[in-house]
Amino acid sequence: MTPLIEIRKSVLVSIWFMFLTFPIMVIRVNTVENVVEWRWHNMIAIGAGSFLLSFVWRYMIRRKEQGIRRQREGAGPRLSIFQRIGQERRIFLPALTLLAVAVVVFPFLVSMYQVNIMTTAFMYIMLGLGLNIVVGVAGLLDLGYVAFYAVGAYTYALLNHHFGLNFWVCLPIGAALGAGFGILLGFPVLRLRGDYLAIVTLGFGEIIRLVLENWNEFSFGPSGISNIPRPGLFGVAFSLEAHARYIYFIVVALAVFTIFMVNRLQNSRIGRAWLALREDEIACQAMGVDKTRTKLTAFALGATWAGLAGVIFAAKTTFINPASFTIWESINILCIVVLGGMGSITGVVLGALVLVLLPEYLRAFAEYRILTFGVVLVLMMVFRPGGIVSNVRRTYQFEGPDSGDK
Amino acid sequence: MDLQYFAELFLGGLTRGSIYALIALGYTMVYGIIELINFAHGEIYMIGAFTGLIVATVLTFAGFPTLAVLVLASVAAVVYSSCYGFTMEKIAYKPLRGAPRLSVLISAIGMSLFLQNYVLLAQTSDFLPFPSLVPDLAFWEPYAHIISSQEIVIISVTATVMVLLNLLIKFTRMGKAMRATSQDREMAMLTGVDVNRVISVTFVIGSATAALGAVLIASHIGQINFYIGFIAGIKAFVAAVLGGIGSVPGAVVGALVLGWTESFFTGYISSDYEDVFAFIFLVVILIFKPSGILGRSETQKV
Repeated sequence: MTPLIEIRKSVLVSIWFMFLTFPIMVIRVNTVENVVEWRWHNMIAIGAGSFLLSFVWRYMIRRKEQGIRRQREGAGPRLSIFQRIGQERRIFLPALTLLAVAVVVFPFLVSMYQVNIMTTAFMYIMLGLGLNIVVGVAGLLDLGYVAFYAVGAYTYALLNHHFGLNFWVCLPIGAALGAGFGILLGFPVLRLRGDYLAIVTLGFGEIIRLVLENWNEFSFGPSGISNIPRPGLFGVAFSLEAHARYIYFIVVALAVFTIFMVNRLQNSRIGRAWLALREDEIACQAMGVDKTRTKLTAFALGATWAGLAGVIFAAKTTFINPASFTIWESINILCIVVLGGMGSITGVVLGALVLVLLPEYLRAFAEYRILTFGVVLVLMMVFRPGGIVSNVRRTYQFEGPDSGDK
Repeated sequence: MDLQYFAELFLGGLTRGSIYALIALGYTMVYGIIELINFAHGEIYMIGAFTGLIVATVLTFAGFPTLAVLVLASVAAVVYSSCYGFTMEKIAYKPLRGAPRLSVLISAIGMSLFLQNYVLLAQTSDFLPFPSLVPDLAFWEPYAHIISSQEIVIISVTATVMVLLNLLIKFTRMGKAMRATSQDREMAMLTGVDVNRVISVTFVIGSATAALGAVLIASHIGQINFYIGFIAGIKAFVAAVLGGIGSVPGAVVGALVLGWTESFFTGYISSDYEDVFAFIFLVVILIFKPSGILGRSETQKV
């Protein structure tokens, strides 16, 4: 392709986008004061921006097509840097130790504000890993995941309010109720395929939120529940700062537990059944996997982590109301899973850290956050559907005495 | 039971249903052709409403007569929404032909987030008052207490669009190509159907009807903001599924049923749980009759 054709194409794209964004970007009407504002500078910015981006877009598309062709010719996908680190034991173990030390020392070095942010990040690691079971491993797109989070949070808040139960009692109850609701949602949607499932789970999430908002006698409506106690430790009195650290360590412990459990689950019999279900439902059934049980366990186990995280959320913020559990929260968690790499634990951990910490430290761009999420979701799906850390498929190698035949 | 109250609710439901039908068409047509739930369809509707509002306001200031404003604003909304639908398909869906369905769905969600926030940032997060563009028809004055002329316009526009669309699908070359593509995309390609063009045309038609619905409903309700697409999109989707997704007459039937049930439910029982009700309705349908009222049940192919 000659550069002239390329430039002509880009000019056309740029004209098209200037036309497309004209009414929304350029004109702003104020119907109260009856003024029309013309913002021509936006049009110039759009024109220039789309002119340049169209080159990048076409270049990326071409690269992607070449990549597909290369794969077809038999060269397997290259391993990413994380996977290479994971395989090299000499680097992997010291790196892990270093990371563990850093995580333990961290809260004593920085301010309470930073500790709280890290606590949130670890909470999202739990949520992300939980959703990863449902979306990444079992391939069931769940857009109502935040409902289970809400169940956990309200379990603690309400049980504490009415019966005075403490955090440690409520933690397992919250997890169990989360799992219970997971099964409750799982039953009706067993027969549904991908996209119907997405909508029904979305509906389920909204139902829970709307009920919490409207059923005043039960959940205290939109005003929420305040004065939820922080977790205690055998009656020891903590300062506010010590409490922040204490919750941090609880969350870290639970997140490590989550990582351990999810890792074990993925390599278990049920984990392999989930993978099989994701790849091909019919073939999976033909191989004798019980579809009902497999799907239900995926929902239940995914929801368990959300329930746990919900209890912690209520204890950490000491105040909850339905506004914390909107559909955007579900999408936020979904972004973590998708960005990190569906099905990959390292990926989800990285995704959670990126998506929680970046917006926190880029406050100046706070209003562009969701816009960027949207762009990232589309671009990820188009150019790198595997996420930051693509999951490697398990492969088996036969090395028996008769492997020479193979 | 009060008959007049009943009639009011019935006609209110009919209007509601007509509007859901205009939006549901986009879902059902796109699903019929590429089996994708276009999450961003509600956003196309919202962009239609905003374009309509902006053009209408500018033209009113310029001193155009009411009727000209109505026509030009509707045309602008339809044209722009179609262009957005077309561009969206090229960017977010076309590179993903043949990718797993989960990927396309996530891409659609991303597109929806993007468009919503694009309008939020470029325009405003407040509710904007939408001028009442549809004039009161003089000859309808005696019956206006039963059903307003606005509602009459909404219902008749919907009916016209449906008839035209049905004719298009049944009798034109393009309609034939659409039906072929929805039955078997690869086979259609082999027989010389330009599948990419068919998909583009489908997106354009779906977006155009959504924009028409947007202008009508916005001038009926009287206010818009960047978030209206989400709930309207969900409702329209429920309607499309209810009628049997992929079937055009099904979308109309489903939309009317949903409009009536919602209207009677809020009229006789409670208005607090209006949206909850739509969702529960959806879940119940999907459990007992996933193929919808007019949809054909699909056998899974191995």
